[in-house]
Amino acid sequence: MTVGEQSNGYLVGSNLERVLRAGHFAVTGELGPPQSADSEVIRKKAVLLRGYVDAVNLTDNQTAIVRMSSIGAGAILVQEGLEPVIQMTCRDRNRLAIQSDLLGAYALGMRNLLCLSGDHQTFGNHPTAKNVFDMDSIQLVQMVAAMRDKKVFQCGDVFKGQEPRFFVGAAAAPFADPLDFRPYRLAKKVKAGASFIQTQLVYDVPAFARFMEKVRALGVHRETYILAGVGPLKSPAMARYMKKDVPGILVPDELVERMERAGRPWAGKKPDELSKEDKKARSEAYKKEGIQICIELIQALRQIDGVAGVHIMAIEWEEAVKPIVEGAGLYPRPVVPLSAQAEAAS
Amino acid sequence: MIIAEQKSLDELKSLVGGAQKVLVVGCGTCVTVCFAGGSREAAIASASLRMSSKLEGNAKQVTDVTVQRQCEWEYLDQIAEQVKEADVVLSLGCGVGVQAIAEHFPQTWVVPGLNTKFMGLPTEQGVWVERCAACGDCILGLTGGICPIARCSKSLLNGPCGGSEAGHCEVNPEIPCAWQLIYDRLNSLGKLHLLLEIQPPKNWRTSRDGGLRKIVREDLRLVAEKE
Repeated sequence: MTVGEQSNGYLVGSNLERVLRAGHFAVTGELGPPQSADSEVIRKKAVLLRGYVDAVNLTDNQTAIVRMSSIGAGAILVQEGLEPVIQMTCRDRNRLAIQSDLLGAYALGMRNLLCLSGDHQTFGNHPTAKNVFDMDSIQLVQMVAAMRDKKVFQCGDVFKGQEPRFFVGAAAAPFADPLDFRPYRLAKKVKAGASFIQTQLVYDVPAFARFMEKVRALGVHRETYILAGVGPLKSPAMARYMKKDVPGILVPDELVERMERAGRPWAGKKPDELSKEDKKARSEAYKKEGIQICIELIQALRQIDGVAGVHIMAIEWEEAVKPIVEGAGLYPRPVVPLSAQAEAAS
Repeated sequence: MIIAEQKSLDELKSLVGGAQKVLVVGCGTCVTVCFAGGSREAAIASASLRMSSKLEGNAKQVTDVTVQRQCEWEYLDQIAEQVKEADVVLSLGCGVGVQAIAEHFPQTWVVPGLNTKFMGLPTEQGVWVERCAACGDCILGLTGGICPIARCSKSLLNGPCGGSEAGHCEVNPEIPCAWQLIYDRLNSLGKLHLLLEIQPPKNWRTSRDGGLRKIVREDLRLVAEKE
């Protein structure tokens, strides 16, 4: 039994932890809460993901746009029988607010947590806001791991009642600069206590394989579960935008061209020459190709030593998750009973 | 040094409002060096206010004077008479200067003519950049003399976020990524191992978060004050 494990052999025993510990190739999804107080939006998206992923990330005011809180949306997912991964950023809360919100999240049944720095507020819809950044993502990982394993608040006070027990994860940006430091930064997150890692979107498999080679050289893949981030491209425009404008994402020309080729039957026509039906058919062709590319990416990533699963980011296109998971041969998802680890350990 | 920028003439006009006698007070230290509130800028601001009030048909009496340091009371004593005569004092000092005047002359209405921006340095003629956030607990010894509190958009302490690209910060291509700078410098000095240590959450009590900051040096205090 290692530090922090309970008598059943698990740190937490969440579905995500059970699937990973059992050696299955894990699949997580992502759900963007609405810019409203409408719980139905969450319930509708939950239906699209149920059974196809092992856990669902709930973003925390992603891109600094105000949305329903990840914990609020997570409570709805728990009611719907899905397992949430709560995302928590350092942008909007200081250490008091983070800890108190996490006590609430645990009490409401949430068991997985992804610790992030958070997109800078100038990108969002409240660019004049004051940011917090009392802590950074690595300090956040360390704090929540200590709440679980040492049963202490950040200040050192010991919990008198139930401590919050989260399966703690962090993000990795394999292609951001300074490139040479990225594997070390990942190692730092794992040293801080990250049991799983979800990476930024991967489209360039050879570049990711090179990153993983360095990660393996540090031995980090044996101390954490690395889930490669994937996402279906919706159109050639989206591929070009990600290639050109999103830091830390590499999109090979070949994939941009594949997306363009998918629209070839409608090529050479000006936008006003395309009927509504044409545009719809072209959009469907793009989406079909985007899903196919995503499936191929998953299959290629699965071959890389040290990749323990994939994190599918199909935000505002949750319908794509089902064909991707089925197409990649990852359906049905495994069911790992809580007793499995205890049996394996004995 | 403290870097400041002058407010627009429109804002200066509205700040001095209906006052008839305006005293513009420049400062001979930081804001002189950054061309925001020295004797030259005080004379120009004073002339601008005089002319615009004249054009608007209500000629104000605007004069200017510059002291060596607005942030020390002994220098303010030298302009006590002029201050007393003024309906309003327009300070071209930093925020410390404005408050020093307010504190030293309780009967005087004082308004700020500058926006105090940051502590920094000129990187070239006409360009000033922030360098220090006065957090009160310097960590430059860990980061190769480059401050992530002041220079990283998220004040991160454990390395770059995913928004570092080709040396700049995703917030603005004009902002160099502080962590790229730190990485490059530690790398060139053979001290990258410093980046592998996890830096614990910072104690922000020494920063502004702890409330009004104050330093008392008993060794420097006058004996009479001590008793």
